[in-house]
Amino acid sequence: MIFIIAILKEVRHMSKTIHPFWVIVNKEVSDHVKSWRFIILILIIAFTCMGSLYTALSSFSSALKQNDPDGSFFFLKLFTISDGTLPPFIVFISFLGPLLGISLGFDAINSEQNKGTLSRIMSQPIHRDYLINAKFVGALIVISVMLFVLGFLVMGFGLIKIGIPPTAEEFLRMIAFIIIAIFYVAFWLNLSIFFSVQFRQAATSALACIAVWLFFSVFYTMIINLIGKAIAPPQTASMEQIMSYQKFMLGLLRLAPSELFSEATSTLLMPSVRSLGPLTMEQVHGAIPSPLPLGQSLLIVWPQLTGLIAATVICFALSYISFMRREIRPR
Amino acid sequence: MCAPVIELIGLTKKYGAFTAVNKLNLTIRKGEIFGLLGPNGAGKSTTILMMLGLTDPSAGMVRVCGINSTTEPIEVKRKVGYLPDDVGFYDDRTGIENLIYTAALNGFSRTEASARAEQLLMRVGLEVDTKKKTGKYSRGMRQRLGLADVLIKQPEVIILDEPTSGIDPAGVREFMDLIMQLSREEGLTVLFSSHHLHQVQQVCDRVGIFVGGELLAEGDIPSLSQKLFSGEPFVIEAGIVADSFAVAERVSRKEDLGECLKKLEGVLTVQLTNDVFHIGCSHDLCPEIARTIVASGVGLNHLQKKEHGLDDIYNRYFEGGKTHE
Repeated sequence: MIFIIAILKEVRHMSKTIHPFWVIVNKEVSDHVKSWRFIILILIIAFTCMGSLYTALSSFSSALKQNDPDGSFFFLKLFTISDGTLPPFIVFISFLGPLLGISLGFDAINSEQNKGTLSRIMSQPIHRDYLINAKFVGALIVISVMLFVLGFLVMGFGLIKIGIPPTAEEFLRMIAFIIIAIFYVAFWLNLSIFFSVQFRQAATSALACIAVWLFFSVFYTMIINLIGKAIAPPQTASMEQIMSYQKFMLGLLRLAPSELFSEATSTLLMPSVRSLGPLTMEQVHGAIPSPLPLGQSLLIVWPQLTGLIAATVICFALSYISFMRREIRPR
Repeated sequence: MCAPVIELIGLTKKYGAFTAVNKLNLTIRKGEIFGLLGPNGAGKSTTILMMLGLTDPSAGMVRVCGINSTTEPIEVKRKVGYLPDDVGFYDDRTGIENLIYTAALNGFSRTEASARAEQLLMRVGLEVDTKKKTGKYSRGMRQRLGLADVLIKQPEVIILDEPTSGIDPAGVREFMDLIMQLSREEGLTVLFSSHHLHQVQQVCDRVGIFVGGELLAEGDIPSLSQKLFSGEPFVIEAGIVADSFAVAERVSRKEDLGECLKKLEGVLTVQLTNDVFHIGCSHDLCPEIARTIVASGVGLNHLQKKEHGLDDIYNRYFEGGKTHE
């Protein structure tokens, strides 16, 4: 009897203690939520999203055209249309999402090192990878919660404004869109964590991340255009040549994670998109311009999604390896 | 004889061609305060990191409480508290929050953690500042909070890596007293690395001198000095005043006295610098020396038995260390 009571006590004791990994995750989440940088970013993102929602709503009636294959999915238009003054919601997410990921990760490891807390934490009885995993999981939780909240807020306001509830499929497409957005932000988060392991100074790693981001969002398309002009086939080129040229250019473009993201999200939010590659007249011939079911849309974006996840995993693996091999020295 | 708590066997760490720690053998027993003494860059911190399993040794083995630090670092870290040089805390958290976080990482429940944290903050004298953010702590306060942070996991061994650097002398004394007291009361084994001789001398039972990655000597301070100064274990310092003599006479008087002292049995060397005799002798000759000086008519200003402190030991090893290269 006494033995059983002792065991019960032990069990209760055990249940009250939190696993060290979740202790770190807890702390990371609360650090992020309390930090000024996160508050500022979330305000920027919330305002821009509300702005884009407003423009979407104001141009909503004009966006509804007859014979529009997406006509039955007008709720999704909340995220994709705009009257031209402000870009639509998905563009904002693809633009500000990276900034969010970078800001949550660029000083993950090096600030601990510079504050002298890294060696103190590492001398506690925890595995070394707990720290970097918890940094990632903590930031990911914050990002997920935030994106879901934003998505649902936009949906909610839209619902109040236009008064027609989304269908189940529209709702699922929304959820899929948010999940892809989380992967996209997670990619930038992991990239910035990787830089934070590599560079001693937080400023250096932040600048490196922003440089990569700027490169992909501004300069990459310019460079692609230059290459495209240089290798463009002549007017008299055969059909195969033009096709292979188009495919090559698309392949180059898809090296940028933002391209993968925008292809994936636009396919999900515009059900009439049937293919992301070039289509010949013969292929299009006879096709009825009708929306695709969700499963088919997902099948189309599956390669993009895999690419995004792969890029995320590669970045995380790199930062994991370099962190595990690092010697932890006091400041 | 107590069981060894820290055992280093042939421990070696190489960074490329550079050998930071070279075939180190060391045993520290339970309840001891061991001072690891050496200049900057001698490999003290590297040795400590290897003890905690934060760095893998190139060769050799570390065992702490009978556990291999390289293969089972988690178990070792459960038993060892480590206070790094210039410890850092999360600046936007209060002292007690920082402590509770450490306790939670060690598997304490929330209530237990906060109870222990409060108790320890009282212990290290920070009870007034528990609600203050650690970013506003002074260096000395941070170091004391660091000690509380080390103790909160109820360790068997604590390792302090230059804990007193950057604290003012009064703070250092307080800090050292605290360590002594804790070690005695809780039976903690303490490994203490420093390049400050006097602090080590004050608190440590045994000292290891560590230069260029090698342990040059190890032992308590009397036995170390005996080993080193075996020729002349006693040095007696005698300050004299020769003002009562005429100026011309002074030098010869002093020389005469020197000769007299040399004739005493057991005196090995006599040296005179600035009216102070340094007399090396094989055993304690204080009374005889005093008598001789007084009899010679020269005024005796002071007489002092000089024991070899760590300074001398250290200096001697440094000379030795330099000639090695």
